[in-house]
Amino acid sequence: MAAAAVLDGTPAVVDWPDRYHHVDQILDKPGPRTDPSFLAGNEVKDFLRNKCKILVIGAGGLGCEILANLALSGFKDIHVIDMDTIDISNLNRQFLFRPKDVGKPKAIVAAEFIMKRVPGVIVSPYYGKIQDKDDDYYMQFNLVICGLDSVEARRWINATLVNLVDPENPESLKPLIDGGTEGFKGQARVILPTVSSCYECSLDMLNKPTAFPICTIANTPRLPEHCIEWASVLEWPRVFGDKKLDTDDPEHISWLYTTASARAKEFKIEGVTWSLTQGVVKNIIPAIASTNAIIAASCCNEAFKIATSSAAYLNNYFMLIGVDGVYSYTFEHEKRDDCPVCGGEALDISISKEWTVDRLIEMLIEKQDIQIKKPSLSTTTKQIYFQAPPQLEELTRPNLEKKVSELIEDGDHITVTASTLPFNLTLRIKYV
Amino acid sequence: MSQILSMKKNEDAAKKRKPKTSAAQIRVQKDLTELELSSTMKTHFPDPTDLLNFTLTITPDEGMYKGGAFNFSVNINTNYPHEPPKVKCTQTIYHPNVDLEGNVCLNILREDWKPVLNLNSVLVGMQYLFLEPNADDPLNKEAAEELRRNRDQFIFNVKSSMRGGNLKGVQYDKVLVQ
Ligand SMILES: [Zn+2]
Repeated sequence: MAAAAVLDGTPAVVDWPDRYHHVDQILDKPGPRTDPSFLAGNEVKDFLRNKCKILVIGAGGLGCEILANLALSGFKDIHVIDMDTIDISNLNRQFLFRPKDVGKPKAIVAAEFIMKRVPGVIVSPYYGKIQDKDDDYYMQFNLVICGLDSVEARRWINATLVNLVDPENPESLKPLIDGGTEGFKGQARVILPTVSSCYECSLDMLNKPTAFPICTIANTPRLPEHCIEWASVLEWPRVFGDKKLDTDDPEHISWLYTTASARAKEFKIEGVTWSLTQGVVKNIIPAIASTNAIIAASCCNEAFKIATSSAAYLNNYFMLIGVDGVYSYTFEHEKRDDCPVCGGEALDISISKEWTVDRLIEMLIEKQDIQIKKPSLSTTTKQIYFQAPPQLEELTRPNLEKKVSELIEDGDHITVTASTLPFNLTLRIKYV
Repeated sequence: MSQILSMKKNEDAAKKRKPKTSAAQIRVQKDLTELELSSTMKTHFPDPTDLLNFTLTITPDEGMYKGGAFNFSVNINTNYPHEPPKVKCTQTIYHPNVDLEGNVCLNILREDWKPVLNLNSVLVGMQYLFLEPNADDPLNKEAAEELRRNRDQFIFNVKSSMRGGNLKGVQYDKVLVQ
């Protein structure tokens, strides 16, 4: 480490001596399980160290670990996105941050820390939302690693990367490595968009947040959590009407805490605290630093194997349960035919410019290979024809007489759903 | 990386590029266009281009709530079906499982929601609440107690509330349509 020099604020491009001694043991020669396409020696090192561009989404508990692991294993062009700022409660496990950093953007502080600590690595931060970036932005990366705590953000990046895949362009396939932890449990998975099971395919495997029956909250509270939910679910809207509860606003949390405490007193329940109140309404599951470390290590291990082809990568789901002892299980999660993101079928359909919507629907019904009954059609922005409910059927009925070409441009897509189709069907319309 | 890149070339099930319709949007289209609305249920979209927000009107044709029209707002967020739709009664009604703020106690709207359920399941559940009000899961405690203690008095209260009556200081909305 001694030779690392930071000159006038810009990281030195020279690596310290023997920096790669250990990693090169893996990259200099093939092993028993290396892929035939593995290019041992300089070629693979050149790719990893000079060409590979990797995106890390999230610079929190998992993200800090991921960034450090990637930088130390030899990735040199790392980008990181995070929309949060540093909170004092993060400091126990998000080890790239110090007390002086509280209030600053996580992505920026994390990037600076890594560049200072591991000279030669460039970390480009973006402080904002993943949704701010477009397809061109995501296209520049070779790999994406996610260390997120939000289902919504994961669904978005998953769908974006699946949509990015263009069969004509192999470079458009961006492997997505997704890590997630919840207390002592965690998972790491490799998603090859359109090829293997995607995040949406496994949506029903998720543990749902614990919700208590609303009548228990209203009438027979027994736990401090019941009192907190009473304050947030029933009392807040009753007192403040349409004003939205902001779980990041300390004043809102204080109001909930006071209200929940009064309720707890009334029912002789103990244990309502400020931090429990925050934990319940933000649905915080205590983060465990060691779980984050294991999952981040697994994700970065996969990133390294995929980027270098030096060993077989995970196929495709690794699950860790550290509640009693350390149990792990690896299996292949299967792609779902009815997945709304990666499943379904896409058909190219060539029709005359004179065809009406009615004629198109008739053609779909007659098509032997799809066996469709009562199809409903839409584009990304408008409804073309809906079979139900009655109001929407009536509103879209006039479209049946219109020409498809009045509603849809050449090359545009139509999303078709029907009760007889377990998945959705995408039509790409071509006019002849 | 070459391993991954070559894999895609061999994959002949390669999908055509699809439009950017969100998974939630497709699910909502599928759920809505497959709704089996009986004559006692009606949906209304104030803005027909917005499929995520609509009102549901239930007009029971049997049971003690027969003759009333009960309105609910249904809001679906972009994390559907990971999260259940939010359903609230927009009137003040006398029902053991609906409180005066319009909160509804129905298990599949909260603790028992699963992504495999759909809008049809929610609508069926809502309709069931009016056929079989349930005194065991009370949100309006007084109504629940009345139902348990004296069914005839409860039915009398229901009828009176539906006419826009006042019960124990609470003014209920007139919901009678026939
Ligand atoms: Zn999928």
